[in-house]
Amino acid sequence: MLECLPDKAVTHTAGKINPAKTCQPIGAMYAALGIHGCLPHSHGSQGCCSYHRMHLSRHFRDPVVASTSSFTEGASVFGGAANLKTSIKNVFAIYNPEIMAVHTTCLSETIGDDIPNILKQAEIPEGKLVIHVNTPSYQGSHITGFSGMCKAMVQYLSESDGVQKAQVNILPGFVNPGDMREIRRIVHEMGIRMIMFPDTSGVLDAPMTRKYEMFPAGGATVAEIRDAGNSALTLALGAFASNAAADLLQEKCGVTGIPLKLPIGLKATDAFIMALSDWFGTEVPGSLSLERGQVVDTLLDTNFHYQGKTVAVFGDPDHVIAMTEFLITMGMVPKYVLTGTPGKAFEAEINGMLGEAGISGSKVKADGDLFELHQWIREEPVDLLIGTTYGKYIARKEDIPLVRFGFPILDRAVHPLMPVVGYRGCLRLIEQISTALLDRRDRDALDEDYELIL
Amino acid sequence: MDELCSLPSGGAPPCISERERSIVTAGRSRTAIHCTDDSLAGSVSQRACVFCGARVVLNPVTDAVHLVHGPIGCASYTWDIRGSLSSGSEMFRNSFSTDMKERDVIFGGEKKLAACIDEIVEEHHPPAIFVYATCVSGMIGDDIVAVCNAASRRHATEVIPVESSGFISGNKVVGYRAAALALMRLITPKEGETVEKTRKLNFLGEYNLSGEMWLARRYLTEMGIGINVAFTGDSTVADLKRAPGACLNIVQCTGSMHWVAMQLEKEFGTPYMDVNFFGAENTAESLKKIARFYADEAVMERTEALIARETARIAPDLAWYRERLAGKRAAIYVGGAYKAVALIRQLRGLGMEIVLTGTQTGKKEEYATISGLLDEGAIVVDDTNPAEIERFLREMKVDVMAGGVKERVLATKLGVGFVDHNHDRKECLAGFDGAVHFAREVYTSACSPVWKHIRPFGGA
Ligand code: SF4
Repeated sequence: MLECLPDKAVTHTAGKINPAKTCQPIGAMYAALGIHGCLPHSHGSQGCCSYHRMHLSRHFRDPVVASTSSFTEGASVFGGAANLKTSIKNVFAIYNPEIMAVHTTCLSETIGDDIPNILKQAEIPEGKLVIHVNTPSYQGSHITGFSGMCKAMVQYLSESDGVQKAQVNILPGFVNPGDMREIRRIVHEMGIRMIMFPDTSGVLDAPMTRKYEMFPAGGATVAEIRDAGNSALTLALGAFASNAAADLLQEKCGVTGIPLKLPIGLKATDAFIMALSDWFGTEVPGSLSLERGQVVDTLLDTNFHYQGKTVAVFGDPDHVIAMTEFLITMGMVPKYVLTGTPGKAFEAEINGMLGEAGISGSKVKADGDLFELHQWIREEPVDLLIGTTYGKYIARKEDIPLVRFGFPILDRAVHPLMPVVGYRGCLRLIEQISTALLDRRDRDALDEDYELIL
Repeated sequence: MDELCSLPSGGAPPCISERERSIVTAGRSRTAIHCTDDSLAGSVSQRACVFCGARVVLNPVTDAVHLVHGPIGCASYTWDIRGSLSSGSEMFRNSFSTDMKERDVIFGGEKKLAACIDEIVEEHHPPAIFVYATCVSGMIGDDIVAVCNAASRRHATEVIPVESSGFISGNKVVGYRAAALALMRLITPKEGETVEKTRKLNFLGEYNLSGEMWLARRYLTEMGIGINVAFTGDSTVADLKRAPGACLNIVQCTGSMHWVAMQLEKEFGTPYMDVNFFGAENTAESLKKIARFYADEAVMERTEALIARETARIAPDLAWYRERLAGKRAAIYVGGAYKAVALIRQLRGLGMEIVLTGTQTGKKEEYATISGLLDEGAIVVDDTNPAEIERFLREMKVDVMAGGVKERVLATKLGVGFVDHNHDRKECLAGFDGAVHFAREVYTSACSPVWKHIRPFGGA
């Protein structure tokens, strides 16, 4: 595909070529699916909603249901209030969710629909809830949209009753349901009570039952999100996706928030477990110590497969930050690090980590695109590429192995169920990375260099 | 859910009362189906937008740059999802976007668009750039026509506006028209240019998914007929400019291309006919129809020979599948009606019973055709939603569903087999070989060994 892009180094300054991000509403939709009994609602024209459902379906291979205000020209001229009110009426009458989570699109934002006001006038059945977030797609990315919806959950739902409970809130970030399950398991092993929201496990990794559940068993309940206001602590995993909600919880309900990296890799998982252990005074159980020991053992068993190899990583900022840290732990050299989401904090954080590790000459960029990444790689290649399915074009063109990581992965299955977080996630990543490099070595070996044991 | 959903034959209260008229029962109902309306707000329609319609029609033009003027999402989601194959340039698989930001929305995006076009021309030298308007650029009133015209003159190259703002209509068909206008602009000869007539034909509404155009071309070549250009599968800008030179237009995807065919007839006097290469029967009929047009004894003979040979070749395979699939119950929900019609015939050919057929964008006449093909009691539905699909699949005891990506995951969860007949399919489903591939897909899904393991612990 990329052979038609110029060979010589060019810099494009306007627009994006082969974007490394997508838009806010899809992030809000994904977060909303992590509330039990929630129907996400897209306020705008229906194409966006259809695309978001399709994209999420392709990544998770599970049904993604969301309603839309189905704007047409009339709504665009006279405002979308009537459409939203009709939608609310229809949605509760037909699909009967417990809660509707409205996000806007660029269209309703451009018109300037005043959502809180419309919600005030809408007929919301007794006992039902409607929350909202503004997610113009001409700002931020799917990650900021996700963050916004998490914040809206706190804003609309969380309350403090004045009595603090010995429980922790976990904001897991834009990760797969398999990751959320794993985070849950770790906290459970620690013997600590938790509330995790959003939580798409049980929603987007639901089993086949021969029965279609419009609202599958999973998700954080409204009662839980409400009770999050009474927790002793919030762990915000991934600054870009989770800090905003944690900050608001602290401000609104006085729950202390600790920002952490996504628990991807050894160091970040340690930090996550230690934060829990320190705060609640619980010992780290033997089961988790054992898992950790296995990771260190594996790193020692395999380090010569990947140590010193150069790698390009791209994807969502929280994912890329944690992954870069792990790559440094593994002794690899993150040469190009790029995210499509805007935000200077990304570059500062990555550069800080690289500086500390004594790695120089790397290129780091926020708000970048894959055309740029490809240009860098073409100038000076790397041994491995880590990122979403969209990296496959570069991988093919430059003949570099690709480890699929992050969102979206559209051409492989099973990944949403397999965690990359925690110590088990470490093992999985080590396996994927070393396998990719060893496969390449086997493939490229001359007959006389081809060996049984590597 | 049960008590809230509609079934036209049963006495249950309707799913959404406004949608009652969009669901009819074949045979019994005298009233025509309600269709081509905008979707109901809040109804969880499976439809997409105008921009989407335009994009899927134009995107297979392989050596053009497709520049989406809007916020990043519109470009992200349509990046290389069409599955059209190219024998040459792969430029069309790249995703170009003006990535409109807040300041563009406030101050207008025309400058940025012009800058993007300039860079693209300078760096990539494409023979044409299609510039798609999306909701936002349309809403803030960016004059993409003016920007494109100016850029065309500035660079002496084709910069073609596609007026496809998503909100113009809830119906993809409007996007097909926007694409058609762009195509007409591209192929209409400039002053002083002439295109010589040939004995070749244009293949309209063929997007070369999994190389289907290539397969059709093999047949036609054997018959002694050449394809001038396909609209738009594996086409280049230069190919398309030769379009007026055809002596016949054959139209497959009627939803997207009928209007273009009519335009071509008006402008260049080229007659057109509908064809359908899905299913052995349809393919045979279409080939004969084409051959008859050429009124050439030799062509006709070769055609008959080809059909006889191919039909005989695939017959044993089809019989094998038919034996295993006969009596199973099928549902169809697809974008356009021509596909639905083809699917009905094919599934029928495999001995299956069609209990539900629906489309996102069908027209009244098309629904009449569909109803006519179905057995009494089968359900026909326009612009349906997951709740209705669920209800129908369950109540009509469907074994296999044919549809697109959103229907796939739904069917799977319900324990219903699935065949993809949309963007995500990777199998060539056209022609005689396609008929076998299709049967194999239905079989693989409906008769997967997994079905035996669904209830390991007993139970219903
Ligand atoms: S913004 Fe408009 S044009 Fe773009 S995907 Fe959404 S509905 Fe379609």
